[in-house]
Amino acid sequence: MSTPTTSPGTEAASRRGTTPGQRRSRLSPLDPRYLPIAATVAILLAAYVFGVGRYDAFSDGQVLLNILVDNAFLLVVAVGMTFVILTGGIDLSVGSVVALATVMCAVLTEQAGLPAVLVIPIVLATGALLGLGMGSVIHYFEIQPFVVTLAGMFLARGLAYTLSTESISMDDGVFTAIAQTPVPLPGGLHLSISATIAVCVVLVAAYLLHYTRLGRTVYAIGGNKRSAFLMGLPVARTRVTVYTISGFCAALGGVLLTFYTLSGNSLNAVGLELDAIAAVVIGGTVLMGGFGFVLGTVLGVFVLGLIQTLIIFEGTLSSWWTRIAIGVMLLLFILLQRLIVWRAR
Amino acid sequence: MDPILSMTGIRKEFPGVVALDDVAFRMFPGEVHALMGENGAGKSTLIKVLTGAYHVDAGNISLNGSAVRFAGPLQAQQAGISTVYQEVNLCPNLSVAENIFIGREPRRLGRIHWTAMKNRSAELLRRLDLDIDPGRELGSCSIAVQQLVAIARAVDVSARVLVLDEPTSSLDADEVATLFGVVRTLRDQGMAILFVSHFIEQVFAISDRMTVLRNGKLVGEYRASEITPVDLVRAMIGRELATLDELEPPRRRSGAGQAPVFAATVDLGRKGNIEPFTLDIREGEVVGLAGLLGSGRTELVRLLFGADRADQGSLRLGESTVHLRSPRAAIARGVAFCPENRKADGLVEDLTVRENIVLALQARRGWARPLPRRRQEELARSFIDRLRIRPADPEALVGNLSGGNQQKVLLARWLLTEPRLLILDEPTRGIDIGAKAEIQKLIAELAEDGMAVLFVSAELEEVLRVSHQVAVLRDRAVVDRMPNEGLTPDMVLHTIAKGEAA
Repeated sequence: MSTPTTSPGTEAASRRGTTPGQRRSRLSPLDPRYLPIAATVAILLAAYVFGVGRYDAFSDGQVLLNILVDNAFLLVVAVGMTFVILTGGIDLSVGSVVALATVMCAVLTEQAGLPAVLVIPIVLATGALLGLGMGSVIHYFEIQPFVVTLAGMFLARGLAYTLSTESISMDDGVFTAIAQTPVPLPGGLHLSISATIAVCVVLVAAYLLHYTRLGRTVYAIGGNKRSAFLMGLPVARTRVTVYTISGFCAALGGVLLTFYTLSGNSLNAVGLELDAIAAVVIGGTVLMGGFGFVLGTVLGVFVLGLIQTLIIFEGTLSSWWTRIAIGVMLLLFILLQRLIVWRAR
Repeated sequence: MDPILSMTGIRKEFPGVVALDDVAFRMFPGEVHALMGENGAGKSTLIKVLTGAYHVDAGNISLNGSAVRFAGPLQAQQAGISTVYQEVNLCPNLSVAENIFIGREPRRLGRIHWTAMKNRSAELLRRLDLDIDPGRELGSCSIAVQQLVAIARAVDVSARVLVLDEPTSSLDADEVATLFGVVRTLRDQGMAILFVSHFIEQVFAISDRMTVLRNGKLVGEYRASEITPVDLVRAMIGRELATLDELEPPRRRSGAGQAPVFAATVDLGRKGNIEPFTLDIREGEVVGLAGLLGSGRTELVRLLFGADRADQGSLRLGESTVHLRSPRAAIARGVAFCPENRKADGLVEDLTVRENIVLALQARRGWARPLPRRRQEELARSFIDRLRIRPADPEALVGNLSGGNQQKVLLARWLLTEPRLLILDEPTRGIDIGAKAEIQKLIAELAEDGMAVLFVSAELEEVLRVSHQVAVLRDRAVVDRMPNEGLTPDMVLHTIAKGEAA
């Protein structure tokens, strides 16, 4: 029954591989899934041009840099969130972990008198540990990330309150120095140390996601968890790792927020997890996982920051309009993603 | 020649079931070995044991002469055994190249070397005679291409034993030919290939050796050249005479011609889906729909069930003309529909046989009038008996049943609502010969009792076996209606292909 190796079927496959329809889609200028990120870039440009046209001071490059300075902690938290969402998960605990981190910084330096070089590693380790715990529960007990990180959110916020219910202001030398030292850039511009750290976090995250097995496994899990397991990928380790990364980033975000406000407050960052999720989604990452970039998240944070800045420049608008703008945009982006999924079918 | 793989005395128990009992199996390099058996014979269990997904309760596996015991799929892969499953287990969001190499990416200075990865995949695909762009996203490729990519990955991971678990069930003839081309290339390179399929023809076309399992026991190992298809089927189903008898045409009552028409369409159609068609289905009559994939079979059925709305023509069900706006309306008129995709559209796998059976009836009664538990059990038991559902346990989870038995549960659910028109879309797809024969026989019995049946199947022989009347579809139009008297598959094929070289 067997026929020679070169069966006519191989030709059929060759033909199929290059049917005109498929060619066209591959060569089309834009993969539809890049549409959200393209939309984000467009909105960003439009908002910036609008601002420059309307307010004289807006064209100063420092306005853009200040967005980065003011949102450095959000950016770091959102980068951690990107890892989690890429695997198809969610981390609701990050806002509380940020608050816990600020309170820990303040309590450990001001009340316990520990040096900052010791305090910061302790805080970061605590965040990572919390993430590790949540990730393990999510993976090994097969519980939805939503529920586990919701529990983590209450836990971290509660821990922050047990440390201190009041705002503690700080005058520790190291913290003040880091908070107040500008990082000069050419052209008379400057960044803060926090913003520089945030930029580094972005670069490291982009490298991890694109150039390491950990990163590619994150995408594979987001694409199809079962397949990833059957392909022999370390699904368990990777899932736990992304929550650890997110916990670490949240704690780091908390430290940056401490630099920014020079105080620790258990009321800090209420709802920050939702800002982070919004930034990730506006940045084009698909909530179901498997598709998205850290760079998109950066753009997402900039969109949020730019809207805020515009409303401040306007002066007469209540800052709560920021919320409305974010809400409308988020809805539009989710709808856009849905449309793309439908079209792809 | 020594076998590269040999399994002896394999035993695997699940609570209440012995899935494999003292099974032996061996594979030789440079051979395609078909593993055959009905659903529930133990094929999947044996494959899962081989690939490390299950642990054996007893028995030995030796690979290349040394005993092995795998803790999981990863270990099996590392030892040289790779599996390609029926549903492609790759990541649709990654590129073809990444899917081939993920977890084993070429690296330089600790970072993934993307260029090397693309080049190596291109080379690998070329070696398999496949023209697939490695940079393309996998999800945008056809199922056939995805399957070939999965094979490419498996081959590159480990080039000794390749397990293909029903790789052809969703491919068309051309695609099967491509796949077989690749399989032959690999066989000639000395790989041992395990091939599982329900299609007897394909098995004979590709295999050198066959092993048959039945009820978790080994029936025998045969060389493909020494066994005929009939002997193979006999070995698989075992219940020799009884079941083979059932494979004969079920006794079709010839005189449905005088019974009242239950469903009648006059130029019913929907733009872009199906051309207007006129079709009568009498009580007690089985009407078969024949046509190629994409000829409009499913579209026609969806109009009759109210899943799509007709935009022209009329439909009469029973005594009144109706405009179906939803499946609910169709159900209320006595229409029942068993969809093609059992798992996605029909059964709830996590519920028991009893719960699945009473589902539609409960839905019709409304939530305010629950069915008493005792009544549910009576109903479930009566249908388990009537349709010979196995295991005969109303509390068994549907997800654990074989394909044929799942189909019977779905059938039971709709029969319970006492439909007057039963629509069956590919009811025997992917189930074994024994169960197929039972379902065909059941359809004949239902018609005998006066039910109107619309039967859709890709297999012409099957359509001819059960139908009184055959409607032929081509290019989304009903092109012919023929009474099934002396019809042969060739004649129907002729009609399907009319206009082309016949």
